[in-house]
Amino acid sequence: ESVDPQKTAFLLRKAWTLYSVTPLYRFHRARLRDYARLLSAFIAAEKQKGLAVEVGVELDIKVALYSLDDLRGSELDQAALLVQLSSRSRASSRNSEDKLVWSGCFCSMCGDDLSENMPEDFTSLPLFLSHGAEGYTSLVGSWFQKTFDCCFRRLAISPLNLSGMVAMWAGCKLDRAASAVELIFSVPCLSQPLDIYYAIHPEDAKALWDTVQKTPEEITQEEVDVFMDCLYSHFHRHFKIHLSAAKLVKVSTAVASAHCDGIVKIRHSQYLPGVLMLLTELAISQIQ
Amino acid sequence: HLATSLPLPSEREHLRPRIDLVVFMIDIKTKYSLKNVETSLARVDASFFLGKVCFLVTGVGRVNACSIETNAICKLGESYCSPVLFCELELEGIRVATAQRLLRMLQICAGHIPGVSALSFVSLMRNSDYD
Repeated sequence: ESVDPQKTAFLLRKAWTLYSVTPLYRFHRARLRDYARLLSAFIAAEKQKGLAVEVGVELDIKVALYSLDDLRGSELDQAALLVQLSSRSRASSRNSEDKLVWSGCFCSMCGDDLSENMPEDFTSLPLFLSHGAEGYTSLVGSWFQKTFDCCFRRLAISPLNLSGMVAMWAGCKLDRAASAVELIFSVPCLSQPLDIYYAIHPEDAKALWDTVQKTPEEITQEEVDVFMDCLYSHFHRHFKIHLSAAKLVKVSTAVASAHCDGIVKIRHSQYLPGVLMLLTELAISQIQ
Repeated sequence: HLATSLPLPSEREHLRPRIDLVVFMIDIKTKYSLKNVETSLARVDASFFLGKVCFLVTGVGRVNACSIETNAICKLGESYCSPVLFCELELEGIRVATAQRLLRMLQICAGHIPGVSALSFVSLMRNSDYD
């Protein structure tokens, strides 16, 4: 998977909200300009109806759709689709540049499970990442749902998935100094909610993972369980708290961070394809 | 009778009625409950595993909050030859249906249903995935 780092740099260091998307019906890549026009008209019409996203400021929303041929994993993957909403304030129309207000990216990174048996009229791009105001996300989402008969659902990440991610990412080899590996737990059933932040030195975390992982390039659930159990028992030894009874809500490493509400931030370009592959897999299992 | 772990305290042993069915409850949202059950399993006399033990997995309604792999639980059921029931206690309908199932199992284990013994569970409740 050789993904051009320059073209995909826009994905890094931003918090993306994730959705799973069912296949798009009769989506034609040649018609991107038309789609941009239609989406732009739709957004303008919705604003007229009074469903404006930003009140008080007169904004013209410009829509651009791009096909990112580099952002794909396997031969069966469709090229990613990038949607960008930019604004130009009518007030200062003379010397103003378009300001990017919202981005959305449909992609499929080794989503072969879904693309394999896809009928001809359908385009499989199961993972959707959005960055920007929620209002725009629902506008763009409704237009896509109406136009291509697809369905968007927030991608939920379970504690089981999060522990797999933290084990995988903590074990990644990084050439420069890494930030701490953080696990954030929320303790249920208390009168006041309690959050526990567990920070581990990245080298210690990697060393632990290296002793656990038997085959490089392969990760089993048993290995993830052993890794997590070590972290839990270490914590218990010091604080007499069973983290395994709490809910893991967020993990953060130098490679990427992920929150159970389906929000991720990817920090390292080298591991971008790997992270997208994992997220595509999650999106596909949510669809199926 | 509810207990958070086994073994049961020995003080009240002489007052305790005969135990016909042991239901191990595993909350799919907390890994800790699985660990607790695994430790407690070691304290159960082997004769109970002839149909008088079952695993009840709760919290399955919320897929997003899953902290335990379903495979691990099914394997546990297999290795202890005991049925695994999945339920969601927060939904009244399922809660009631599960309670009715457990009561029925208890009736059989206590010998109240003529012609059916606890041993039937071992042969009847086999997960079709593994056939």
